[in-house]
Amino acid sequence: MAFLSDSADDSRLIASGLGGDVRDYVDLLKPRVMSLVVFTALVGLVMAPGDIHPVLAAVAILCIAVGAGASGALNMWFDADIDARMGRTAARPIPSGRVPRDHALAFGTVLAIGSVSVLGIAVNWASAAFLAFTILFYVIVYTMLLKRWTPQNIVIGGAAGAFPPMIGWMAVTGSVSIESFVLFLIIFLWTPPHFWALALLKSDDYARAGVPMLPIVKGAAATRTQIVAYSALTALAGVLPFVLGFAGIGYGAIAIVTGLGFVAMAMRVYRDPGGDAARRACRNLFGYSILYLLLLYAVLLAEHGLNVPMGVHL
Amino acid sequence: MTGTADSGVRLTPEQAKRRRARSIAIAVVLAALVLLFYAVTIVKLGPSVLDRPL
Repeated sequence: MAFLSDSADDSRLIASGLGGDVRDYVDLLKPRVMSLVVFTALVGLVMAPGDIHPVLAAVAILCIAVGAGASGALNMWFDADIDARMGRTAARPIPSGRVPRDHALAFGTVLAIGSVSVLGIAVNWASAAFLAFTILFYVIVYTMLLKRWTPQNIVIGGAAGAFPPMIGWMAVTGSVSIESFVLFLIIFLWTPPHFWALALLKSDDYARAGVPMLPIVKGAAATRTQIVAYSALTALAGVLPFVLGFAGIGYGAIAIVTGLGFVAMAMRVYRDPGGDAARRACRNLFGYSILYLLLLYAVLLAEHGLNVPMGVHL
Repeated sequence: MTGTADSGVRLTPEQAKRRRARSIAIAVVLAALVLLFYAVTIVKLGPSVLDRPL
């Protein structure tokens, strides 16, 4: 804990060793990431064929949310040295000295084991195994290996953030399907342009922390090209639910229009107007990408709730 | 340890307040888990929760 003991006085160390406020432990769960996980998992669960008791559905969503939170806590435990060097993350509970690292490790481990166990006992062991795999993938494959090693870190590691709708689907059916894979694919392809837009804005931060993000390793120009490529793939994947017949024509129209908007936003980043305009283009793409994903999933949810006709009916 | 001995950690009022808040949070979570397991048991087993060989 050199990053902590270097700068902390005795009283801060004692305070840290005694643990932080409840709010600090909630922050370890990365609540904003968790809210997206809950929403996408809910869509997967609601769209899955078959029935699940509402109480068990709520338990499934709770377990997926807690599993995601556990991943966040374990990520902060391992990445505390990186977080301390980045302006965006320096105020997190561990680098700021409010929560000791071993607390975060214990907190995350208990929540991970608890969420997987309860999901298995209450719902089914297939979805529990998938949740366990997702947590391990995020913590070991992404956090411990990819993040510090390759500029493709968020491409491969992004899979962990894309699994929740598949877990929600599995909670109902006990298996995966092409539909749940498409729900995964949309988020998987969406993740790189979403994060690289942020990485372009914060590349100094990442460089200082020694994280090999694409803009640092391959340069901003290569990153912009990849952003356009992945944005186009995301827009195509976004239309798949309609093409494959598990979304209605309303969804299809919205996916096409907003997908074109996604690519247009990416093209603005690609053209690189320079200075403040370039930063604004990145910020706009980052914000738009969040709205895009939320909108597509919200429409899927609404169409399913309203029982609108699915697929192409010519 | 808040005894009279000089050795050991003495909590400041702020630290004691934080510890109390954490303890309450853990109690609330445990109570919620009790309710959760009760609800899951009823949903999964229903009336047959009592229908088992002795």
